Amino acid sequence: MSETLVQTVPSPLRKRRFFDSNIIALIVLVVLAFPLPLLLDQGQEAVAIRVLIFAMLGMSWNIMSGFGGMFSFGHAAYFGIGGYSSSILLVNFGISPWIGMVVGMGVAALYGVIVGWLCFRYKLRGTYFALATFAFAEMLRIIVQSADVVNSSVGYNVPLIQGSSWWLMQFPAGSPNYFWLGLGLMAACLLVTILFVRSKAGRFTVAIREDETAASSLGVPVLRYKLTTIALSGAIGAVAGVFYTQYYLFIDPELGFGAYRSIEAILIPVVGGIGTIWGPIVGSVLLAPLNDITAAILRNPPPFLDFLEGRTGLDVMLYAILIIVVILFLPKGVFGTIKEKVTKR
Amino acid sequence: MSPVVTVEHIGKSFKGLRALHDVSFTVEPGEVLGIIGPNGAGKTTLFNCMAGMFPPSTGTVHYESQDVTGWSDARLARAGMVRTFQLMRPFGSMTVLENVAVAAAARGESEKEAEEEGWEILQRVGLAQYATRTSKDLPTAGLKRLELARALALHPRVLLLDEVLAGLVPTERQPVIDLLLSIRDEGATLLFVEHVMAAVMALSDRVLVLNQGETLAFGTPEEVVANPEVIEAYLGDEVTDADAH
Repeated sequence: MSETLVQTVPSPLRKRRFFDSNIIALIVLVVLAFPLPLLLDQGQEAVAIRVLIFAMLGMSWNIMSGFGGMFSFGHAAYFGIGGYSSSILLVNFGISPWIGMVVGMGVAALYGVIVGWLCFRYKLRGTYFALATFAFAEMLRIIVQSADVVNSSVGYNVPLIQGSSWWLMQFPAGSPNYFWLGLGLMAACLLVTILFVRSKAGRFTVAIREDETAASSLGVPVLRYKLTTIALSGAIGAVAGVFYTQYYLFIDPELGFGAYRSIEAILIPVVGGIGTIWGPIVGSVLLAPLNDITAAILRNPPPFLDFLEGRTGLDVMLYAILIIVVILFLPKGVFGTIKEKVTKR
Repeated sequence: MSPVVTVEHIGKSFKGLRALHDVSFTVEPGEVLGIIGPNGAGKTTLFNCMAGMFPPSTGTVHYESQDVTGWSDARLARAGMVRTFQLMRPFGSMTVLENVAVAAAARGESEKEAEEEGWEILQRVGLAQYATRTSKDLPTAGLKRLELARALALHPRVLLLDEVLAGLVPTERQPVIDLLLSIRDEGATLLFVEHVMAAVMALSDRVLVLNQGETLAFGTPEEVVANPEVIEAYLGDEVTDADAH
C-alpha cells in the first residue's frame, strides 16, 4: 500500500470496444447453432427449441434476480403475460404475434414496475419480496383462470394457418423456421443482456445488489434502477412466453402463470450460474432435455428400472436431485464455477 | 464568507428514544470540523440526518445556502455532500476500480470517463496496484481508502467522514491524514467523526462535542479540551495526559 509503487502499476483501463469477448461468443454460438435444425430429427429439434425457450426464461430471471439481487419467485407472471398478450390479440383481432410481443413486453414491464414499486414502497426484502412476487403471479393465474373474457381455464389455441408465415410466426410442424425464429429471439435477448450488464445501468444494478445503502450514498438513484432492471427482466420473460405460445400453439393459465414456470425460471440460472451472462444458456442446455430423457426412461425403462414403467413425476425428482447436487457441489452453478476457476488463475 | 453548511436545531428521535436534540452549528468553506463524543452521543445519527439517510425529526440543514433538509442521500451525494461509512461497504464482487467508477458514473460521467477518473483517484489514494482486484479481497486499510476514493469520485465539496482512521494501525494513519489535508487544500470542507484524539487535535479547526444527543461544547481544539464539562463527560484524563500534544 505504499505510495512509491504507484508509478510502476500499469493502467488497468482497456479500450472499450463493441465486439468484446461476450459479443464474439454470442456470434459464434449463433453460427454454430444455425445449421442444427438441418442435422437434427424432428424430436431432437423440439428439444433444441425447448432449450431456446428455457434460455430466454432463465435470462429473464437472471437479470432481475441474478444481476439485480431481487429474488423473484413469480417469473411465470411475465411469461404468462407475454403468451396471453399475443394470443388475445391474435385470436380476437387477428393481430400479428410480433405486435403482440411488443405489447406483451410493455405490459410485463409495467406489471413488474408496479409490483416492484409496491414491494419497495413497503420495504419488502429477501424472502418477503420473493413471497410477494409469488403471490402476485398466483393472483394473475387465478384471475385469468376465472375470467371468461380470457377464456378462463380453457386458455387459447393459436388459430392454424395453411403453410408458413413469418408475420404470423407459424410454420408447418417440424419446420426449421421455428428453431431459427427462436434462435434469433434468444440471441436478441442475450445481446440485450450483454449490453445491459456492461452499461452504466448494469453497473449500478450490480452495485445496488452488493450494497444498496452504499450505492445510494454514492449518488445512485436506487429505486429507478431497480425498477428499470425489473422492467427489462419482465420484457424478456414476455418474449419467452410469446415464442412458447406460438411454438406449442396453445397456452392456458397453468402453462402461462403456473408456479412450475416460476420454478423453471429459477432453476435454469441456478444450475448454470446466477448473475453470469452465460449461466442461463448453460442451465437451459442441461435442463431442457431432462423432460425428454425421463419421458423416454418411463416409456421404456432399462431392466433394472422396470418398476418405473408407466409412472410419472420422474423429471421432477431428477430436478430435485440435480438442484441438491448443484447447491452442494457447485453453489455458483456450472458456468459460474468454471468462470471462477479460470479467472482465479 | 457564508457558511457552507448550516445546521439549525436539528433533532432526531427513534420511537421516542431521543438520539439527537437541538444541535446547531455552522461550518465555513475549507474548514475541518471534528466531531467527538462518547459512544451513543449521536455522532453517526447527526451524519445520517445531514447526509439524507433519514430526515431529522426537527430542525433544518442548509448546504451552500440551499435548504437540503429531507433530500435523499443520493441527491445530496450528487450535489457534492458525500458521506463515508464507519463500517466499510464495498461492492464486494466488483473490482476496486469499478467501485470507484460507480460513484463517478453516478455523478453523470460516461462509463469510459468514469473508469479514467476512477483510475486517477486510485493512484492518488494509493490503491493503484489493487485496481483490478475484487474489492472484497482488500485488507481493512485498503477498504478504508476505497471508501475515501469512492467519495472523491463525486467531487465532494463537503465530506462527512465517519471514523476513517478507526481500525488502522498508527503507521497507516498518517498517509490517510495527509490525504485528508490535501483534499481540504483543494477546497473541500471536512466534517469527521473520530475517536483517535491525536488526529482530532491535529486536523480540526474546530471541534464539536456531543453528549447524549446534545451539544456539550463547540470551539477550537484547545478550548474544547480545556472545557471542564468535556473532560468530565467524556475525555477524562486520557486526553490531557496521553493523546493531546
